[in-house]
Amino acid sequence: MKEEIIIAGFGGQGVLSMGKILAYSGVMQGQEVTWMPSYGPEMRGGTANVTVVLSDNRISSPILHAFDTAIILNQQSMDKFEPLVKPGGLLLYDPNGITRHPEREDINIYKIEAAEEAAQLKSAKTFNMIVLGAFLKIKPVVEMENVLKGLKKSLPERHHHLIPMNEKAIQRGVEIVKEVTVVKA
Amino acid sequence: MKGNEAIAEAAIRCGADGYFGYPITPQSEVMEKLMELQPWNSTGMVVLQAESETASINMLYGGAGCGKRVMTSSSSPGISLMQEGLSYMAGAELPCLVVNVVRGGPGLGTIQPSQSDYFQSVKGGGHGDYKLIVLAPASVQEMADFVELGFDLAFKYRNPAMILSDGMIGQMMEKVELKPQQKRWTDEEVAQMNPWATTGKPESRDYNIITSVELDSEAHEQFNHRLQVKYRELEEKEVRFETTSVDDADYLIVAYGSSARISAAAIEILREKGIKVGLLRPITLYPFPTKEIQRLAPKMKGILSVEMSSGQMVEDVRLAVEGKVKVEHFGRYGGVVHSPDEVAEALEQKLIGG
Amino acid sequence: MAEITEDIKVAENIVHKKSSVLTDKVMHYCPGCSHGVVHKLLAEVIEEMGIQDKTIGVAPVGCSVFIYNYLAIDWQEAAHGRAPALGTAISRLRPDRYVVTYQGDGDLAAIGTAETIHACNRGENMVMIFINNGIYGMTGGQMAPTTLEGMKASTCPFGRDPKTDGNPLKITEIVAQLPGTNFVTRQAVHTAAAVRRTKKAIRKAFEKQKDKTGTSFVEVVSTCNSGWKMNPVDSNNWMEENMFPFYPLGDIKDV
Repeated sequence: MKEEIIIAGFGGQGVLSMGKILAYSGVMQGQEVTWMPSYGPEMRGGTANVTVVLSDNRISSPILHAFDTAIILNQQSMDKFEPLVKPGGLLLYDPNGITRHPEREDINIYKIEAAEEAAQLKSAKTFNMIVLGAFLKIKPVVEMENVLKGLKKSLPERHHHLIPMNEKAIQRGVEIVKEVTVVKA
Repeated sequence: MKGNEAIAEAAIRCGADGYFGYPITPQSEVMEKLMELQPWNSTGMVVLQAESETASINMLYGGAGCGKRVMTSSSSPGISLMQEGLSYMAGAELPCLVVNVVRGGPGLGTIQPSQSDYFQSVKGGGHGDYKLIVLAPASVQEMADFVELGFDLAFKYRNPAMILSDGMIGQMMEKVELKPQQKRWTDEEVAQMNPWATTGKPESRDYNIITSVELDSEAHEQFNHRLQVKYRELEEKEVRFETTSVDDADYLIVAYGSSARISAAAIEILREKGIKVGLLRPITLYPFPTKEIQRLAPKMKGILSVEMSSGQMVEDVRLAVEGKVKVEHFGRYGGVVHSPDEVAEALEQKLIGG
Repeated sequence: MAEITEDIKVAENIVHKKSSVLTDKVMHYCPGCSHGVVHKLLAEVIEEMGIQDKTIGVAPVGCSVFIYNYLAIDWQEAAHGRAPALGTAISRLRPDRYVVTYQGDGDLAAIGTAETIHACNRGENMVMIFINNGIYGMTGGQMAPTTLEGMKASTCPFGRDPKTDGNPLKITEIVAQLPGTNFVTRQAVHTAAAVRRTKKAIRKAFEKQKDKTGTSFVEVVSTCNSGWKMNPVDSNNWMEENMFPFYPLGDIKDV
């Protein structure tokens, strides 16, 4: 198994921490992982993205030019990363704020109304966990048990009381993710 | 854990005595992590935020002069500011560890990863005929492991050692296995192991002087000669490298640090196409694996030096090859990281043609 | 004759003895230079306190770069201006030791201003000795940060003009304002009485270090007859008439 994922959106959406939780989950499952952020002055408010690779074998490059999965959370990221999904790969996006929806016909496209759901849960900060839940529903690359362990590992102890809320958000993501187009195998 | 955090964890665990640093992106996590871990409560390690990189490196001089295991970390512009101190430390034969998480230059440049500090690191950097021992980690695990290795080599040869990393390895997270906590040297052990150190002059010995000044030219030539003997010994005994898929290779990529990781993926792409490419990854950039390149060169149709610079290490590769096969350079720079397919394409274009 | 001089070399006849902390090397300083006197006082204080084995010195770049040839304690020779940075690390890594830095005006108050201010502001536990002769002696008499207004130097040959050359810097007064200093004083060594007072000040600075309450700072307003192009006596007179009004002697801070 090898899964190459790009998660991209605005700074402040929890893009990096979502990647971190996914990476820690992989570690908990005994996988090799790399987590490679694009960092910079644009960290807050600008675009932010992170590449996560989960693999059963040693990972060569943490920098990639094509991805098995793109998780896209704003329009700039859609423009940049839709073309970089491998044929037959997955594009998961939140339609909130998207003006041009994905157009490719050779990839699997799913959407997750995470921003709306987070608003209903009255917890904007669980947004990224709803997205993570949606991804894991489509591609269960890591077992849920290990995701919870990863969540615990990546949160500082003073935030551990937030774990049940995050767990619930992941569950909501699993439930509400919607298929848009699926390529025949 | 992040590469930068691994440096901090490993420093405490290997029993380092002191860290002196100044914040600069993309490596501020090193000092942040150390301050969070508060090693002064556990091992007694001193952690101090200095007023500048100039002060940091001179604090290393003071600490190393006392025979202590001291380190700093910075990124390119800060390392430039430390060159004076590094020259003085090489001249006074003081061991220390400096971590450079390289960003693109020149000047304030960019905060994105780069490998454009190769010349500065391996050729001396400051004034005078001296060398740093330069280790190039290609993973977060090696960031952790090279802290102890760097200290060991620095003390063995009484010379500053540098971990030459970059923003990519520093910011990247990977799995790391950390070694168990080791004890710091006691003051008695320091005095015994480093009889040259300024520990306070006991009755039993003459007083020690840590200095790099010698106004008698003849004597100073002798001193310089002694340094050169040390560097020849380093070149003989301490070269470290890793080769992958070189046995059947027609082409060779030479790349260190993050470029080696990216090149490994490029080699997978090329081998799928039936082009046999191998990888030589220098782990020590000084001393450079010249002999291994000389050994492999005659078996190759061409060699590509891949580095995130406009072409620095390629000069040392060419010096090793001595014109026997074609040596080309490829690399994005100024903060741009090349992708595996770009490297693969460059090799095809530059070495195979078309 | 030789027999007679050997005969009188007995303990009860000794009225003055060279400090055992001083080495036998002949000092390279110009006749009339203040450095030699301050070196002697430093050696005497270290000897009298019995801390030769517990003291680590930091030498500067400047005329006193070779102080390590004259005092038999462990020494580190710093890059120009960086002595307080070295001292900081030594003091932090060996809190059981006395740390003393010895710097001139160019070293401490020009190129090393940042290190001076920040070490004093952090209150590093060390003694800082500051030789202020208002000129760069070693490099041949160029303008220093402490060169007085109107005073001639090779890089202000017509006298220092504040409009173009800037103003003389009273760094000791600045250092005294910093919370990290516990004792700041300005002394001189031009008369026997002044020498005694300076020795007392250096002793006090070292004694203060026992409490670990911060940096003890001793400025010694000094002469540089070569740089000033005067004989030693004229230098002393000139210092009294011109340096002391701008750099008045006495304790500035004692807490």
